[in-house]
Amino acid sequence: MELDSLYQEVILDHYKRPHHKGLMADASKQVVQVHHVNPSCGDEVTLNLVVSDDRVEEISWDGVGCSISQASTSIMSDLVQGRTLTQAFEVLDSFSELMASKGTVVGDEGLLEDAVALAGVSKFPARVKCALLGWMAFKDAALQGKEGEKS
Amino acid sequence: MTLLDVQSIKADFPIFNKKMRNDARLVYLDSGATSHKPLQVLNAEREFYTLHNAAVHRGSHLLAEEASAAYEGAREKVAHFLGAAADDVVFTKSATESLNLLAYSFSNTNRGQFALAAGDEILVSEMEHHANLIPWQQLAKRTGAKLRWFGTTTEGRLDLSNIDELITERTKIVAITHQSNVLGTVNPVTDIARKAHACGAIVVLDACQSAPHFEIDVNSLGVDFLAFSGHKALAPTGVGVLWGRAELLAEMEPFLFGGSMIESVTMEAATWAPAPRKFEAGVPNMAQAVGLGAAVEYLTSIGMEKIHAHEKALTEHALQGLQNISGLTLIGPQSTIDRGGVLSFSLEEIHPHDVGQVLDQYGIAVRTGHHCAWPLMRKFGVSGTTRASFYIYNDLADVDALIDGIAATKKYFKVL
Ligand SMILES: Cc1ncc(COP(=O)(O)O)c(C=O)c1O
Repeated sequence: MELDSLYQEVILDHYKRPHHKGLMADASKQVVQVHHVNPSCGDEVTLNLVVSDDRVEEISWDGVGCSISQASTSIMSDLVQGRTLTQAFEVLDSFSELMASKGTVVGDEGLLEDAVALAGVSKFPARVKCALLGWMAFKDAALQGKEGEKS
Repeated sequence: MTLLDVQSIKADFPIFNKKMRNDARLVYLDSGATSHKPLQVLNAEREFYTLHNAAVHRGSHLLAEEASAAYEGAREKVAHFLGAAADDVVFTKSATESLNLLAYSFSNTNRGQFALAAGDEILVSEMEHHANLIPWQQLAKRTGAKLRWFGTTTEGRLDLSNIDELITERTKIVAITHQSNVLGTVNPVTDIARKAHACGAIVVLDACQSAPHFEIDVNSLGVDFLAFSGHKALAPTGVGVLWGRAELLAEMEPFLFGGSMIESVTMEAATWAPAPRKFEAGVPNMAQAVGLGAAVEYLTSIGMEKIHAHEKALTEHALQGLQNISGLTLIGPQSTIDRGGVLSFSLEEIHPHDVGQVLDQYGIAVRTGHHCAWPLMRKFGVSGTTRASFYIYNDLADVDALIDGIAATKKYFKVL
């Protein structure tokens, strides 16, 4: 069924057992917190990010949403944890491209790892926003963190 | 059971010939969002463009005459549909515009009954669609009036236990929905209006989910204003209705200004045409209004009472089916008493978006999300629901398809 291209086993696994879920807030660290909403469906994600020396030291999140948004946020967290912001943004750009591809791209598995399982989402325009919710929250937090470091 | 002859009704709706994903037939359970359009409506719109197209109320040529007659004819049909006088029916682009028109007209008028200031109150309910909430929130902000609201009970009814506290001499406007677009609840409008009028308040009714589905008579309802959208009542998009009491429409200042709505204009000032023209600035959505005229005629030819009975039978069948599914929580009244054919539910921890996605594989179109009623979602502690809504082209097989689709969804997400 067409549905299986959307709900790959990896996605359902992340949905049922999401990684980095549950907000961490170490008072000794500078945490950037962002809250993103998908106004069309009401899905929400709150994301805490600790960046030091341009590297993602700790990412955690909480939220409510569909399997796609929850799984995608879980996969994203795995991918950016421990990476430099430059590397993380490279992954983010590649993922955004995949989501915009309308099913024409399979995705760079070396770079995107589990996130290639989300390739099928790009064929369902209504779900692309779900898949991007957590990623956009990360991008926002990372940019805010950078700003904070400069000032 | 008193069901309509759905097969012959469906023959009027070309969309049902369309094949959905996996070659499934269309099971359209989203008329609460928008209805489909019968050929009679599409043809009326096409006929307007192909035979009569001209700007209404302007020009001295034959086409302008015919266009004006068609447009005003549509107004008469809508008036007849509501038990109203034609001059009390204003065409807008949607219910959203109708409600905004009221909120802005009230603040533009700002005298007599329409004057609002600190100390005054506007009363809405927790089950309002954003379209009947935010315009009043904003009017309260502009004027310093206070926004108050009826709560909802756990069964999804309006909580009227504190009605005497909520409707007082301070209440200037009561704006409520006739039927909730999430819960299906039909509210006791006439009782509320009586109380509101005793306190001198103006009563506004959001009839988006009622006017397309059961008989409306503005005189017996007892409200002052009523709004609905054509597109949920078999008509094209781009046309809505605002009905108002003649004496209030006469007193109210316009909301949009421009051509057509004036009586006389100088470089410094202008005076207004009488209602309804005063509220219809610019060249209106003529073909759409004509389409709405054809739509209400179509509905009337079936009979609003029969439509109501049909939807009630479908709702009864759906309630039974849904209530038997383990893990399904129906939000809203559990019986067909004072409720329409709109059913919202949660299914275990499966997100509505995921439920909708699986149902779509079987050609079943439902609405998922917060249904533009975010406060109500919070009240029920959910981020959204899955909603099925019925209309004249649905039958028992559609309800059964939904029930089977839900079972398939549970299986897909391995919830037993
Ligand atoms: C109860 C209710 N009120 C208002 C509206 C707004 O209608 P429209 O978007 O056509 O203006 C809707 C439509 O969803 C509705 O269901």
